[in-house]
Amino acid sequence: MHISPAATTGDRPRPAPAVPPAPSPALPPVLPPSSGPSEARAAFRASVGAGLGFVPLGLAFGALVTQSGLDWWWAGLSATLAFGGSFEFLLIGMVTAAAPLAAVALSAFMVNVRHVFYALSFPLHRVTGRLGKTYATFALCDEAYALATGKQARSWPGRRILWLQFFLHLYWAASSVAGALLGSLIPAGVTGLDFALTAMFTVLALDAVRDLRDDLPTPVLALLSALAARLLFPGQLLLAAFALFTAALLARHLTTGRKPSHA
Amino acid sequence: MPDTRYAVAAVLVAAAVTWGLRALPFAALTPLRASRTVQYLSTRMPAGVMVILLVYCLRDLPLTHARAVAPAAALAVTVGLHLWRRNALLSILGGTATHVILASAVFTS
Repeated sequence: MHISPAATTGDRPRPAPAVPPAPSPALPPVLPPSSGPSEARAAFRASVGAGLGFVPLGLAFGALVTQSGLDWWWAGLSATLAFGGSFEFLLIGMVTAAAPLAAVALSAFMVNVRHVFYALSFPLHRVTGRLGKTYATFALCDEAYALATGKQARSWPGRRILWLQFFLHLYWAASSVAGALLGSLIPAGVTGLDFALTAMFTVLALDAVRDLRDDLPTPVLALLSALAARLLFPGQLLLAAFALFTAALLARHLTTGRKPSHA
Repeated sequence: MPDTRYAVAAVLVAAAVTWGLRALPFAALTPLRASRTVQYLSTRMPAGVMVILLVYCLRDLPLTHARAVAPAAALAVTVGLHLWRRNALLSILGGTATHVILASAVFTS
């Protein structure tokens, strides 16, 4: 599996020697950094891990679309335009139940309002051009945020971020259409592929926590926020958890005397 | 298939709301980027957001049922593989395969 290291954090040089160094840097040193094809290649390698999570979910989404009595192209339309995995699963049920459009809008708002927080750290300033910025915000899914804010992405030019988003978008749309067309062929007894998403966030969380070095309170605060939200606001877990976590971080920042941070 | 125009309109509404949530905050928050507090938040948010999304994925874990063993074991495999090899693809594949095998063959509900 030689393509995978770029999708992990293990390929970055670190002071701790526990991790083997990179087999190769993301870019061949002879190429200028703005070289298009190499940016696409590097973005592709970084996208593979997330794609592995997307494809089974997209297949499941597409299969569910046709099982619910919607046409196959609707899966592609939703995947391409809405591009918000968890909400799209909800959308199937709302559309088949002919829910009012206002209810669709409100649900989309509540499920996706977490994206508001991503503007705090997503490196949109590195993406150049109006069209590029437009697409970068349009395709700003959880996984794109996770990968583009990871430590390995700190040197990424905007072009590579855009390529990464494009690949994620492509995986989702293509696998949704494939799932809608092939859904009836998946044996009914095979379940549990959706764990790929859980596994992916597990990996991203482990890597992100490791990037914080010894900042243990941050993941602990996040975990407590999520558990509190699970208990107190189970219907709005994500929104409540993000709000609690942000408040907790702010409180911590204000009470720890604003020591200069190396971040 | 419900009315086609309605089904398309529902997607367009969802897309417009989602895009708005993703794009508009940049306009509002960009002036704040130089602030110390925002920098503090933005360096720590990615890790916290991932932890929260992970809990969200596991929110319906049936803790008191035997079939909770499948996701729990798959999670352990994912974490173990990742701490051991640091290979995202391997960790995701191993965890997912564990879950599919357990959920499809052992803990069928």
